[in-house]
Amino acid sequence: MKGEAVKSREYLTVAEVSGPLMIVEGVSGVAYGEVVEVITPDGEVKHGQVLDAYEDRAVVQVYEGTRGIDTFKTRVRFTGETIKFGVGLELLGRIFSGRGAPIDGGPKPIFEDEWDVHGAPINPAAREYPSEFIQTGISVIDGMNTLVRGQKLPIFSGAGLPHNELAAQIARQAKVLGEEEKFAVVFCGMGITHEEAAFFIKDFEQTGALERAAVFLNLANDPAIERILTPRLALTAAEYFAFTQGMHVLVILTDLTNYCEALREISAARSEVPGRRGYPGYLYTDLATMYERAGRIKGKKGSVTQMPILTMPGDDITHPIPDLTGYITEGQLCMDRELHRKGVYPPINPLPSLSRLMKDGIGPGRTREDHMDNSNQLYAAYAEGKDLRALVAVVGGEALTERDRRYLDFADRFEQEFINQGRDEDRSIETTLDLGWELLRTLPEAELKRIDPKFIEKYLRPK
Amino acid sequence: MGKIVRITGPVVIADKMKGSEMYELVRVGEEGLMGEIIGLTEDRATIQVYEETSGVKPGEKVEGTGKPLSVELGPGLIGAIYDGTQRPLTVIRAKIGDMIKRGVSAHALPRDKKWEFVPKVKKGADVVEGDILGTVKESKLVEHRILVPPGINGKVLEVADGAHKVEDAIATIETADGKRDIPMMQIWPVRRARPFKEKFDPNEPLLTGQRVADTFFPIAKGGTVAIPGGFGSGKTVFLQQVAKWADADIVTYVGAGERGNEMCDVLVHFPQLKDPRTGESLMERTTLIANTSNMPVAAREAGVYTGITIAEYFRDMGYDVALMADSTSRWAEAMREISGRLEEMPGEEGFPAYLASRLAEFYERAGRVRTLGSDERFGSVTVLGAVSPPGGDLSEPVCQNTLRIVKVFWALDTGLADRRHFPAIHWLTSYSLYVDNVREWWKQKLGEDWKSLRDEAIAMLQKEAELEEIVKLVGPDALPEPERAVLEAARMLREDFLQQFAFHEVDTYCPVEKQLGMLRLVLDFYRNSVEAAKRGIPVAEIKKLPIKDTIASMKRLPSEKFAKEQGKMEKQLMEQFEALLKTRKAPVEEGKREG
Ligand SMILES: Nc1ncnc2c1ncn2[C@@H]1O[C@H](COP(=O)(O)OP(=O)(O)OP(=O)(O)O)[C@@H](O)[C@H]1O
Ligand SMILES: [Mg+2]
Repeated sequence: MKGEAVKSREYLTVAEVSGPLMIVEGVSGVAYGEVVEVITPDGEVKHGQVLDAYEDRAVVQVYEGTRGIDTFKTRVRFTGETIKFGVGLELLGRIFSGRGAPIDGGPKPIFEDEWDVHGAPINPAAREYPSEFIQTGISVIDGMNTLVRGQKLPIFSGAGLPHNELAAQIARQAKVLGEEEKFAVVFCGMGITHEEAAFFIKDFEQTGALERAAVFLNLANDPAIERILTPRLALTAAEYFAFTQGMHVLVILTDLTNYCEALREISAARSEVPGRRGYPGYLYTDLATMYERAGRIKGKKGSVTQMPILTMPGDDITHPIPDLTGYITEGQLCMDRELHRKGVYPPINPLPSLSRLMKDGIGPGRTREDHMDNSNQLYAAYAEGKDLRALVAVVGGEALTERDRRYLDFADRFEQEFINQGRDEDRSIETTLDLGWELLRTLPEAELKRIDPKFIEKYLRPK
Repeated sequence: MGKIVRITGPVVIADKMKGSEMYELVRVGEEGLMGEIIGLTEDRATIQVYEETSGVKPGEKVEGTGKPLSVELGPGLIGAIYDGTQRPLTVIRAKIGDMIKRGVSAHALPRDKKWEFVPKVKKGADVVEGDILGTVKESKLVEHRILVPPGINGKVLEVADGAHKVEDAIATIETADGKRDIPMMQIWPVRRARPFKEKFDPNEPLLTGQRVADTFFPIAKGGTVAIPGGFGSGKTVFLQQVAKWADADIVTYVGAGERGNEMCDVLVHFPQLKDPRTGESLMERTTLIANTSNMPVAAREAGVYTGITIAEYFRDMGYDVALMADSTSRWAEAMREISGRLEEMPGEEGFPAYLASRLAEFYERAGRVRTLGSDERFGSVTVLGAVSPPGGDLSEPVCQNTLRIVKVFWALDTGLADRRHFPAIHWLTSYSLYVDNVREWWKQKLGEDWKSLRDEAIAMLQKEAELEEIVKLVGPDALPEPERAVLEAARMLREDFLQQFAFHEVDTYCPVEKQLGMLRLVLDFYRNSVEAAKRGIPVAEIKKLPIKDTIASMKRLPSEKFAKEQGKMEKQLMEQFEALLKTRKAPVEEGKREG
């Protein structure tokens, strides 16, 4: 982060400090959104931003937290600028703090331009509709919740579930078939532990991905308010790589739950009317200003694909964080504790999962003609199998018909053979679809109503 | 000229604003950002700003425009994409590039484009407000009627002919207050409903080509519909299906606070789709308002009004207009955010106390009307609003207040969506209060029995739900065969009739004749199989009848082909059941009743 002191003015008039906010009085000409530098009596330099600008007063949120700020000696410098971040190719291969300072011991990267970290909304009329299939090599994603370039597809997870492993596997394996193009990974950690950060960095190092990655880390013991800024730096970098440098960028953002907590903290400090469960009423809009930074633009080569990770408090999908996320993103991959207990990896339950952009990313010329029907039928069959499982739990297995029994077997095999795969297993889309057919073949043909008869002939009937 | 004293997000407070009016449009700050006055006390104004405010400082100026937030109405609306304040997004892109930056403005209607104006009145004619002065062929599908603006009556002194720009006078009218030049373009304040003569009860269905809507829960031209559901349950897809296939003359699609890619989806796909009635591209009758979730919230709040004003304008020409608002919840949240910044007294869940009245006012702008003008002209605006309840829980304020107003409720069910039953509109919780209004129409067009077939089908699904309860307790074995036959038929109804995949090339649109034909076959199967089961035929045997597969493949048949084969299928069904019954000679108990 950078705030050049061009039109800067300095004040010693901090009137109040409360939570992550401080109020500075006797100021003049302070702009809404302006960057502030705070120098504590100990000489520590902190950074903040104006949230509420009055003629003679400003409410400032301080990214590093307000500890050490007093109301006598603290100096506050208004920089006359909104928050900018220096972008350039030198960001690749580097690791930054949550405020964008290099923390890998390397020199300060030379930047080519400075961009407002809040970005600007992509004109809907400038968007290119995302439709390029990304093969992740993971059957339950490629086959049933296909990811495309420029999509925002979050992972809804829970504490202790292997979302990091999955994200790392996707970062490793993701490719667009038949293409050799420039790609980059932007990793943004918000409130994650050292171990988690180390896990990703090690994975990127081992696969050589680090050279093509820009890593931003706000760790669990870093200031919480900084988390508001970190993803915006990461997304600014991603937009630069994608739309100026023509790269295909995968952005991994984790953990959005920590981000939302920070937002809630600020809202509470401002005594705003809280929305559901204490989160501010504008949480939806705030999240949207980040998630909507994914996409493609007409006439530009690159793309920003987002994979945000969030841990659902209490595994509750109706909690505001997953709920509002699901209302913005183009689908979701839902991790399931029961599957995890059964030892299924990745424990993605396809039923509540969804990829909204799948329809234009699959089919003849993209994946295969039978993809849509295959996926729809697997959905329906697995749903039926799970219903029957619930029924058996109540009334016992004796009452079941032959048909029912086949569905139960199907559901078991589907979990163990289709969803379940190795942490390094990279399945081609053909393998995935063929596996789907193999499982569907175990069901009575008359049950397969989602499949066009011409595909029954071609793909289903035993070969 | 006013002076800014405070900026907090989209809300700006300014002093020295004496002489301003509520809802007046103002220019905020040195960059002249567009804003609207939403509160006035003494000389202090509260302004919601339609553009990003960072960098704006107290002390900067605020200038009044003397006008309320208004839209431009005239040729050029069709096929356009606007933001919430009617800035033309394609033009803006050409001007400043791919990202929307603030401080740009552009005319909503192109100023230098010439339209071929064909007069419909003669010099010397007496005209009243709403009369058609002439027409412009705006697109292949839309004849744009240029009307005498509301409030103007008098004698035509001059009327033009030929190519003209929207600002050119195409007529001069001698009114009681003097001569008035009338251009093709009208300006209308978005928050004021456009006038009409009289409102009527809707009585004609707005056909959507979607079976669960037309056959089960019909909407009417001029009606109101809410489609609530959790994320991913299918609101947008269904609204887009209606926008594509409805037999409306004009479609106004308002994306309020939703995804950029969804607007892009419409822009990419609508031009490629053909209107089934005319064969022309669907974009030829569509206007888009796109104020996505990451665009300024105040403009989101305004966008809904911009959309409905455009819809009313086409209604006034005598057209049937369908307006989709996706999502009214995001619109309500925009109100909540602004209200919160104003530190207003919050109502339920932080929404402003006026939420209910704003929703009611909005839906009240729907309706079938006799328009202004001396000819007997009827037009309608049908409003379909998506509702996005937090956690999918319908007890929240936006949903509850909406349901008190609208007449059709398409209840999306996440459970159905999870198992890919699309559209995931639940047959037991949804309703339409227009069933009786549109009954006469069906009777005249397609014969007596739509209502009774529909009722029979819904009753069957109700019965299924009761039986499922029993099965859950004691298992499927406990059910007698005739009841199992009900379950089988209900499954058929759900899978082969109600499910309609939006992305299937044929089934995406199903004309009503085909809908009724399909329903007849399913219900024939139902009656016959229950009857057969009562006569001792095991359901397992019934399930083997080849007609089952025939029925399952109906939806993939193009409608002409279906029409040809329908009779044959009905015959096959009867024959197959008769043959089956012959295998079982002995009738059981009361099995003698005529089917
Ligand atoms: N009628 C349909 N036919 C086929 N697929 C459908 C249909 N309706 C919904 N879907 C599937 O469900 C997905 C989600 O639907 P949609 O985007 O309409 O949900 P939504 O209710 O608008 O969600 P949100 O509130 O998050 O915007 C679609 O991307 C599509 O895959
Ligand atoms: Mg939607």
